[in-house]
Amino acid sequence: MALDKNGIAQRIAKEVKDGYYVNLGIGIPTLVANFVNDDIEVEFQSENGILGMGPFPFEGEEDPDLINAGKQTITALPGASFFDSATSFGMIRGKHVDLTILGAMEVAENGDIANWKIPGKMVKGMGGAMDLVASAENIIVAMMHTNRAGESKLLKRCSLPLTGVGCVTKIVTNLAVLEVTEKGFKLLERAPGVSVEEIQAATEGILIMDGEIPEMKL
Amino acid sequence: MIRKTVNNVQEALEGIQDGMTFMLGGFGLSGIPENSITELVNKNVKDITCISNNAGVDDFGLGLLLKKNQIKKMISSYVGENAEFERQMLSGELDVELTPQGTLAAKCQAAQQGFPAIFTPAGYGTEVAEGKEVREFDGKMYVLEEAYKADFAFIKAWKGDEAGNLIFKGTARNFNPCMCGAAKVTVVEVEELVKPGELDPNQIHIPGIFVQRIFQGKDYEKRIEQRTVRQKK
Repeated sequence: MALDKNGIAQRIAKEVKDGYYVNLGIGIPTLVANFVNDDIEVEFQSENGILGMGPFPFEGEEDPDLINAGKQTITALPGASFFDSATSFGMIRGKHVDLTILGAMEVAENGDIANWKIPGKMVKGMGGAMDLVASAENIIVAMMHTNRAGESKLLKRCSLPLTGVGCVTKIVTNLAVLEVTEKGFKLLERAPGVSVEEIQAATEGILIMDGEIPEMKL
Repeated sequence: MIRKTVNNVQEALEGIQDGMTFMLGGFGLSGIPENSITELVNKNVKDITCISNNAGVDDFGLGLLLKKNQIKKMISSYVGENAEFERQMLSGELDVELTPQGTLAAKCQAAQQGFPAIFTPAGYGTEVAEGKEVREFDGKMYVLEEAYKADFAFIKAWKGDEAGNLIFKGTARNFNPCMCGAAKVTVVEVEELVKPGELDPNQIHIPGIFVQRIFQGKDYEKRIEQRTVRQKK
């Protein structure tokens, strides 16, 4: 069975290692924090200016001066710090953040990503996404394998305006875990009960399969 | 000590004119200079260019200036929460320059610190880099981005003293420190204006040298855009 959004987040949480500073994008990536193992030390960065981001506040304890990059009210954990936007992107550009997890509309087999604009339809802006993808060395994309029309989001070439070039390293979708290699999307794991054929049918870009593809463990 | 205090927002905004370029601090609605924005609406200054990460919402923040068609051009990284903004942009009434968030911060900070331009990897290979100089350093490509030039910077800080020294609170800090001293005149409104000596010099985020005018703000609404809570177990 294909994963739901929480399932995707749960699988990605296994990529978060002890000692990591992690930037979580809006949408599915935000859910990853709910599944990270309690016995490792991790700090979440939100690019508007906090390291050590905690869960949502209890009702009545919301602070307008304490929000995340999605403008949601949050809390700060013990050991947290606040900083200005230049410092925040300094830690991103300077590769001090270990892992970036973000959503996408399209990913190409060469690692290009598009997630900020649909010409003539949606122009909300790139926010921090272009800075994140241009600098991070470890980028995981969390997304559905196909769009609402059923078309593949893993393409030979992106059709939408790019956010960054050749930057995505790993993709976790509702169907599979894939790695971006020089030769194309390498299939690493299948979602429970999803066949290789289903994944192939939902992937427009080159799909590389080496031997038996294991089911993901959540 | 050099005193930077002015009596009120009217004095703080003396000299603003139609056609000027303003920097405004804030991320979403957090840390925006509410008093200065209200006064810009009251003065009905027109054809302005605003450098600000976001464009407010329809009835708050920079949305108030948009509603009165006071803004000619917006330079922002994310403008997704404002229907009027979208309407003006799609109809061509409003000129919009979308800039990656880190680049926006760097271009403000460059102006503050006297750099004419910076190289950033953000936007390389995308439409943001079109027409801009690119250069390779250590095998990676970078885009040349010029420092902003602005007439006024409108800043919101938590506490400040009469010398213009500032302390920010939480994530309301965001772009505010980067914009101090990045324009010809930096105007700061604070929730709490104190006497010199009351702030610990060790705790100052921005020294008063970057500030020309500071005033005690009032009536802060501090609207929350996305109120998210968890249930007590």
